[in-house]
Amino acid sequence: MIEVKNVSKAFGEKKVLEDVSATFLKGKTNFIIGASGSGKSVMMKCMVGLEEVDSGSILYEGRDFTHMGYEERKDIRKEIGMLFQGTALFDSLTVQENVEFPLKMFSSMSSAERLDRVNTCLQRVNLQNVNQLYPSSLSGGMKKRVGIARAISLNPSYLFCDEPNSGLDPLTSRVIDELIKEITEEYNITTIINTHDMKSVFDMGENIVFIWKGKKWWDGHRKQIRTSGNEELYDFMKAYDIEYV
Amino acid sequence: MTFFYVFGKYLLFMKDAFSKPEKFRIFRERLMQEMYSIGVGSLGIVAIISLFIGAVTTVQTAYQLVSGLVSRTIIGTIVSESTILELAPTITSLVLAGKIGSSIAGEIGTMRVTEQIDALEIMGINSANFLVLPKVVASMIMIPMLIIISIFLGISGGLLAGKFSGILPIEEFMKGARSSFQGYTVFFACTKAVTFAYIITSVSAFQGYFTHGGALEVGQSSTKAVVYSAVLILFADYVLAQLML
Repeated sequence: MIEVKNVSKAFGEKKVLEDVSATFLKGKTNFIIGASGSGKSVMMKCMVGLEEVDSGSILYEGRDFTHMGYEERKDIRKEIGMLFQGTALFDSLTVQENVEFPLKMFSSMSSAERLDRVNTCLQRVNLQNVNQLYPSSLSGGMKKRVGIARAISLNPSYLFCDEPNSGLDPLTSRVIDELIKEITEEYNITTIINTHDMKSVFDMGENIVFIWKGKKWWDGHRKQIRTSGNEELYDFMKAYDIEYV
Repeated sequence: MTFFYVFGKYLLFMKDAFSKPEKFRIFRERLMQEMYSIGVGSLGIVAIISLFIGAVTTVQTAYQLVSGLVSRTIIGTIVSESTILELAPTITSLVLAGKIGSSIAGEIGTMRVTEQIDALEIMGINSANFLVLPKVVASMIMIPMLIIISIFLGISGGLLAGKFSGILPIEEFMKGARSSFQGYTVFFACTKAVTFAYIITSVSAFQGYFTHGGALEVGQSSTKAVVYSAVLILFADYVLAQLML
């Protein structure tokens, strides 16, 4: 479980997050939703330590990530896997080397064990015979799958997905969604997905946090959205797909 | 104020870069790759430039020494001394600032804008250390070697130009070169090479690492890397000459 407590963040005079508190549940697909510029990406960056919060705290199973030093944070970071919006695969490395990279850095596995783990992860995301390809020769959907394989290679406790469906066609988006959901349940991971793809939210959202103008306006299960009584959330939903409201 | 801010940022960046590598085996692997890329990859351009610099220096020195009172062996002295002291280390380093500097800034800058550096940080890897230290160490080993080769080829170019253009025979050229040779000048050239190597890689890496934006900014960082490296090389050249000669 990850708890975000009273987090605020500003860039200069511009307040991006204001006193945001939220809880992300273990073994569930947690969503951060909101319009572009609402602060959801900054919130995710604060949670993984790519941005420092101005005030408040972020707790990983009670461990205060925000007030840890660099070395202490390393231990938590090794428990985190992240799927980036642009996949962030290392373009000078092959698919196999990309997935193997965290294992090489942080495990004491032999090269044979690492290869076995790489193949297991690639099979888990339904990719075969791509080990020696470079990211530049993969399709968008395949890159996302390799990104997921790299993110789960060290058996993370927390999986962050930043806009996992961006740039993908609807069919591939659903495949990626399904994959993330399966992996979350299978490995009992705390998964946090930052998106504005409302189809994903209505298909998988077990715990949804709605950020609007830097503040948390609502949180709950996808089934509670219709009865939330939150006008801003309704407006946001209507802008994407009116049939759900 | 901006100068002190940037200089402070550079020092902090270098502090991160010069910390202990996460895994020495991986550092060694990356060091070998960088040594090959910087050393072997630059051999061709260094060879061409050095041969022609030596040849042109011989022809131009002969053109200026028209007096029959001056021995022709002085051409060998001037060409070898100026090649060792200035032409090989400085001109070669300026060329390498263009070749290696832009490559480093472009590579690291692209990694920054495509979130590859963020991916390293989230894994708990000190990205400055992982990316920059092997490049700095590799260049400080390989660039002095390139300069030694450049000295040899520069003098050879001068010698051959003297022979084939009928300015002076090989024996006279070598007599002049040997008459004034001091081992200290080679040490001075190597000291310059190590200093320039550090400037080229650290300044270029710094420019690349703090790139923000997209393709345009990566290009701008590469340009800045080359310009700042070249200016600093010339400044360091003057300081070293004052201190050591």
